[in-house]
Amino acid sequence: MASPVEKTYSDRQKAPSDTTRVSWLERVRYYLPTALIFVAVLLLWEGLVRGLDIKQFILPAPSAILDAFMGSLAQMVNLGIYTGTEALGGFIIGCALGIGVSLATSRWTTARETLLPLAIAANSVPIIAFAPVMNNWFGVSNQFSKMAIVAVITFFPMMINMTRGLTLVDPSALELMRSYAVSEWKTLREVRIPNSLPYMFNAFKVCSTLALIGAVVGEFFGGTRDALGVYITQEAAQFRFQNSWAAIIIACILGIGFYLLIVALERLVIPWHASVRKTEE
Amino acid sequence: MSVVSISSVNKVFGKAPNQTIALQDINLAIEPGEFISLIGPSGCGKSTLLRIIGDLISPSNGVVLVNGKPAPQARENREYGIVFQAPVLFDWRTVEKNVQLPLEIMGQTPSERAARANEMLELVELTGFQKHYPYQLSGGMQQRVSIARALSFNPPLLLMDEPFGALDEITRERLNAELLAIWARTQTTIVFVTHSIPEAVFLSTRVVVMSARPGRITEIIPIDLPQPRDMATRELPRFYALVTQVREALRGGESAKG
Repeated sequence: MASPVEKTYSDRQKAPSDTTRVSWLERVRYYLPTALIFVAVLLLWEGLVRGLDIKQFILPAPSAILDAFMGSLAQMVNLGIYTGTEALGGFIIGCALGIGVSLATSRWTTARETLLPLAIAANSVPIIAFAPVMNNWFGVSNQFSKMAIVAVITFFPMMINMTRGLTLVDPSALELMRSYAVSEWKTLREVRIPNSLPYMFNAFKVCSTLALIGAVVGEFFGGTRDALGVYITQEAAQFRFQNSWAAIIIACILGIGFYLLIVALERLVIPWHASVRKTEE
Repeated sequence: MSVVSISSVNKVFGKAPNQTIALQDINLAIEPGEFISLIGPSGCGKSTLLRIIGDLISPSNGVVLVNGKPAPQARENREYGIVFQAPVLFDWRTVEKNVQLPLEIMGQTPSERAARANEMLELVELTGFQKHYPYQLSGGMQQRVSIARALSFNPPLLLMDEPFGALDEITRERLNAELLAIWARTQTTIVFVTHSIPEAVFLSTRVVVMSARPGRITEIIPIDLPQPRDMATRELPRFYALVTQVREALRGGESAKG
């Protein structure tokens, strides 16, 4: 519930235009070192590859990767869309199931207490090992086989986090609702679900990364040439490493984009939560 | 008719042989418009007694009547408001939406709720903070929102569990005075749990002194300080005399057990 934060209203009554300008400048100052280091690493990489004459099949220079990337941009975009669809589809299925099971069990303590240890145990199993099985079940060239892998991988963290969010509620808040003599359903809606939203977004962040790993690694075990994972392995097998690296860039863009989308959604949905409002200070 | 009538209430936690007797043979009648403080050392069961009055927990035996009805029925009828030590505001609701929570539950229309919330926020001197979120307020302001929420549906009884315990002395004394003003205006009966002797004396019409292990009522001290009370009340010789009387009653309870 509300923590006694010392920061009070008076801090927040500055003229809005002022604060935005300051925060914009501060943002540049905040990200500048990161950007500089990123550029420096690329330059160092390029310099080392050229200076030490490193063979391109060991490590291609950033310029060679960029050439390969720009040279087959349309294909790269298609690879991204194909695998991104798998990751997103599996993410939606897995998270929906995770949230659903967690909501369904939140009312019944015994169901929850039986399921939760199982879920935690299952979460520590390297589920990606099931990828060949899923490929076999749903067809190796069927996108759904990858979605199934992603769904299984994302289900457990989602369910575990969501269950925590629904159950780790301030006991006084539950007493307050009891004093209003409301139904369990109303308590779920007014207290437990809002309380679980920060946990849910944390799980979304974890699952977004897992979804992309699941989809790409699933494709390593087979699939059509439209798939990122298949493309990366095939190009690598034929020593066209700059192409594999170009595909890895697409995977990075997908991963970061997915993550940023969730962060944006989080700011929209839970602006009141500490993880979000910190950036305003 | 008493607002609260407690007869022969016992509360035992745990099962034999690891039982703790939290409350033993509690008898108390609280009349309309009274301000009753429950004071005692940690573990004397004062918060437990408050929760039994509110039917948040059940007594092991004995009878608790609120407005002449069994406590569970009074709770179903929403006949009391409660304020905890922590403000227990919902982070996801603005100040006005927090105050409106019980009104929403009771099915009031949005315009009724908004009007009532504004009225309540004026009562606790927080007009202008309707659209703020709890994290934007200081601890004392948050607790005032919590009081506004408890009073919003005009309950005949207000239960307060060490509501100012987490606040600094200066804020606490100011809120004590504000609470008395609210009490005078709303005519609500208040049951107030506290650790602080001066707070209990300043606020109450009667102070109920409790002792620990087992939790019992050792003495009930009427506070005859004139109303309305203000900061000057704390300077009166009678105030000091009553503080001393409560302190000695508390000590008496201590030495009696051991």
